[in-house]
Amino acid sequence: MSLIIDKIFAHSTKLVAISVLFLVAWIFTVLFQHSMESMQALGFDFVTETKWAPNLEKFGALPAIYGSIVSTFLAMILAVPLAIGVAIFLSELAPAKLKSPVGVSIELLAAIPSVIYGMWGLFYFVPIIRDTFGGIGISMLTAGIVLSIMILPFMAAVTRDAMNTTPDILKESAYALGGTKWDVIKDIVIPYAKAGIIGSFILALGRAIGETMAVTFVMGNVHKISLDLTAPATSIPVTLANEFTEADTDLYYSSLFELSLLLLVISFTIISIAKFYFLRRTRVA
Amino acid sequence: MTHTQKRIITNNIVMVLSTLSAIIGIGFLFWILGVLVINGVDALSWTIFSEEGAPPGYEDSGLKHALIGQFMIVGVATLFGVPLGVLAGTYLSEYGQKSKLAETIRDISDIMMSAPSIVIGAFVYAIVVAPMGHFSGWAGSVALTIIMLPIILRTTDDMLQLVPSTLREAAFALGAPKYKVITQVVYRGAKAGILTGILLGVARVAGETAPLLFTSFNDNFLNTDMMEPMASLTVTMYNYATSPYEDWQKLGWAAAFILSMFILTLNILGRLIIMKRKGK
Repeated sequence: MSLIIDKIFAHSTKLVAISVLFLVAWIFTVLFQHSMESMQALGFDFVTETKWAPNLEKFGALPAIYGSIVSTFLAMILAVPLAIGVAIFLSELAPAKLKSPVGVSIELLAAIPSVIYGMWGLFYFVPIIRDTFGGIGISMLTAGIVLSIMILPFMAAVTRDAMNTTPDILKESAYALGGTKWDVIKDIVIPYAKAGIIGSFILALGRAIGETMAVTFVMGNVHKISLDLTAPATSIPVTLANEFTEADTDLYYSSLFELSLLLLVISFTIISIAKFYFLRRTRVA
Repeated sequence: MTHTQKRIITNNIVMVLSTLSAIIGIGFLFWILGVLVINGVDALSWTIFSEEGAPPGYEDSGLKHALIGQFMIVGVATLFGVPLGVLAGTYLSEYGQKSKLAETIRDISDIMMSAPSIVIGAFVYAIVVAPMGHFSGWAGSVALTIIMLPIILRTTDDMLQLVPSTLREAAFALGAPKYKVITQVVYRGAKAGILTGILLGVARVAGETAPLLFTSFNDNFLNTDMMEPMASLTVTMYNYATSPYEDWQKLGWAAAFILSMFILTLNILGRLIIMKRKGK
């Protein structure tokens, strides 16, 4: 009797575990199937066409792709130096009394849902951008800044963890040779934790590019490529969040599914690079 | 200037810069937290919990519909996500171990944890909402279950691996079959860890908005039928905050505050459980 239960238990755990793989394959398949119509109708023009006008049955994803790349790039430029600063502060500089409370509050802030960062951006940051740079305040720049603040806690926490893996004995040896704190950080800690630090940045990049709510509030969903950063723009997730419930034709739906597929492929690739290339040794969630 | 002086000056400059960036970064984050608490506490009142949504301008409007909807959507997702995640995690740690299959499942789950949640929404739209013909609470729960699964799976896997193998061997030596060893010895040893994983998993999906936008959609009134579109705190917050009406925006802040406090409480609780265990 217990042999049978034993077998059933073993097989059911295996079944559920394998179903995770099937689920991921299923997600890709379903998105691909639903994109077929737009792929056939629009072909490669989908990613090169700049005009997105659902009423004219014109679906060009380039403005959304451009917006995703630029807003994420802005977010990374702003967040990376801050994250490094916070991480150095937390792992090497802060007095022991500050280390734990500041570190924990940063980790807790990483748990605050992104919709709240978006709401803060809309009510408190949009007016600042409007007053400083003109325009309506809802813009690519605002989206980039809000996104950078949203990914900062995650980035800082993971970078700090990577820096903390440096063995104390290495650091102490460098101090014993007369190294200053900066010498130790740049010649010991950063080289030692390099893979982990770069990996965590790329992981944050992968998350930022798929982030929806933090930017939906402040980007405007305007399908236009503009070099002016203070102009409203759109990105792939912003388009999806705004238009999915409005799609009224098959081609419209299908092109939104193609956008989803594109986003999934992009972030899957970026996250895989982070995980397999850089974070193999250090395991970061 | 000697070489040493130069090094000391560079050192000081970098130290100041990094402290400054820490202050800027942490300052921004506390600004958000402060805004959340001030607006949230200001917007809180009893009617928030006792009244449903109302058209803008009505005195008696609240978030009862969203609170109940949120509870049901997340609750059902937890009901599905936790057992599935724990079972799958059990396979990885106890049966699959370092096999190729187990490692692949681990890698894919890790990637899924960071994958864009709005894409999960699109997927659930295609497999649940479109065939049914309308949005529903179930669809929202399915989306959240998919997001929760890899989180529970990975923490269960990690936590079970922490249980010393001598415990398992002792139980085997007494003649216990493997499922008994797992359910009565390994699970008990990893109880606190698994619980923490569940708390963090629930906290994570409770804050998800994007995958609910086109699965459970929204409803401005109380609805407890999972077959129908359902309100959630997050989508309500999004709709109210982007509306031009001040009283709706205020309700949006109240929703943001309640949700954040809930999520922070779960996170802190999870940490305390782990800490208590380490302390023993």
